[in-house]
Amino acid sequence: MENAPTQDAPRQPGAPTSLHRFANPGRFLRLTDNWLPWLAGAALLVLGSGVVWALLLAPPDWQQGETVRIMFVHVPMAWLAMGGYLGLAILSVMSLIWRHPLADLTARELAPVGAAVTALCLITGSLWGRPMWGTYWVWDARLTSVLVLFFLWLGHVALVRAFDDPERGARMGAILALVGVVNLPIVKFSVDWWNTLHQPASVTRLDAPAMHVDILYPLLWCTLGFSLAFAAVVLAATRAAVMERRVRALQMAAARRADAAPATLRGARA
Amino acid sequence: MRALVGRELRLALRHPADTLSAVLFFVLVAALFPFGVGPSPELLARLAPGALLASALLAALLPLDRLFGAEAEDGSLDQLLLSGLHPAAIAAAKALGHWCTTGIPLVLATPVAAAFLNLPIEAWGVAMLSLGLASAILSVFGAAGAALTLGARRGGVLLPLLVLPLAIPAVIFGAAAIEAAASGLEARPYLLLEAAILALAAPLAPLAAGAALRGD
Repeated sequence: MENAPTQDAPRQPGAPTSLHRFANPGRFLRLTDNWLPWLAGAALLVLGSGVVWALLLAPPDWQQGETVRIMFVHVPMAWLAMGGYLGLAILSVMSLIWRHPLADLTARELAPVGAAVTALCLITGSLWGRPMWGTYWVWDARLTSVLVLFFLWLGHVALVRAFDDPERGARMGAILALVGVVNLPIVKFSVDWWNTLHQPASVTRLDAPAMHVDILYPLLWCTLGFSLAFAAVVLAATRAAVMERRVRALQMAAARRADAAPATLRGARA
Repeated sequence: MRALVGRELRLALRHPADTLSAVLFFVLVAALFPFGVGPSPELLARLAPGALLASALLAALLPLDRLFGAEAEDGSLDQLLLSGLHPAAIAAAKALGHWCTTGIPLVLATPVAAAFLNLPIEAWGVAMLSLGLASAILSVFGAAGAALTLGARRGGVLLPLLVLPLAIPAVIFGAAAIEAAASGLEARPYLLLEAAILALAAPLAPLAAGAALRGD
């Protein structure tokens, strides 16, 4: 009966104002129906202007030259890969504690996007590494831990979809996501713990960021744009998944009715 | 829980083929390296630490996908879950059983593989220690992975995808320890780091495995 909760959320009558309000897939669909065009429009606007700013207007770096422009994609992707995984972990906690069907669906749809973002982070990084470090890949601590993060995303994608019972898949994926959280601090602090090739953090520091505003501002603008796009894609995918489950529930109901009808006919004839 | 570990051991003793095949696999993979890179002794000795670790972990993965499978099929896993034992304890017992039946034989077979790979004899002791720790780490992560993929389609393919990335730190420090010992340096810090990973994983991974076992 895994399709039962899609009809309406398992709501507690006494608590309509809590977070559980958003657990109702119907309300989720109505709300996101209004938000999504705005979100997608804002993402397009910010990202479009960010790309122009970063690729055409921002000055080349005095050391890295034009290759610094790769950073305008690489850094937001890296932040999104980690932030997205944190989001996945939060969704997993919600799914394990409150058995929240919408959290399951969102986690399921978030994981492929997160895997794609992490892959882009790795690819742009290695494209940048070739002219700057002289190699596409080194087994540096940061690179290795991000590669592990990528495998965790892929593992989640594969595990969630490997079960016939989607609820069990969601449960297993949530546990895996929580196990993988140990990797997040390793990714974050790998550049401080091991003194290898990847440079330490230059934006998120306690003192001022170690880069000029001409580069910093377009970077932050691009990050905002990519984050908006990330959220828009995940929301759209989750909406599609909710609707898909509804369609399946309707089809199952129709099939059951079709199944029942001939049986009664046969019964009548006999 | 002790009874459960005992049961695992008795099962393994009565069906020694699983253990034996894991050990044979380990030795064979180690024996493949000389054919792949040529039998030059210096090159082999350089490769030996990593090759030992990688082949041991692959060998330890072999019996993992059946860790809970047989019991889930004949229903004894449900009996165990009903027995009042905490699911995490069941998972921990299974992991311990897996290490005793796969990890220890692998450790015992290490000198053979080390000889194939021309590892300096002074490093054999450290290699056995390091492999013992690494296989124990794999056992606890592997129990969690096996519990997670229990009942999944293509579970046997999924399991390495989930477990091997988590085992990377064990490979790094394990191989570093053997390498240090082989070149006459102090291996202790690497072994301690490896043991620290085990100390962290041993209590936490069974919790995840237990949650996955209780799952449905």
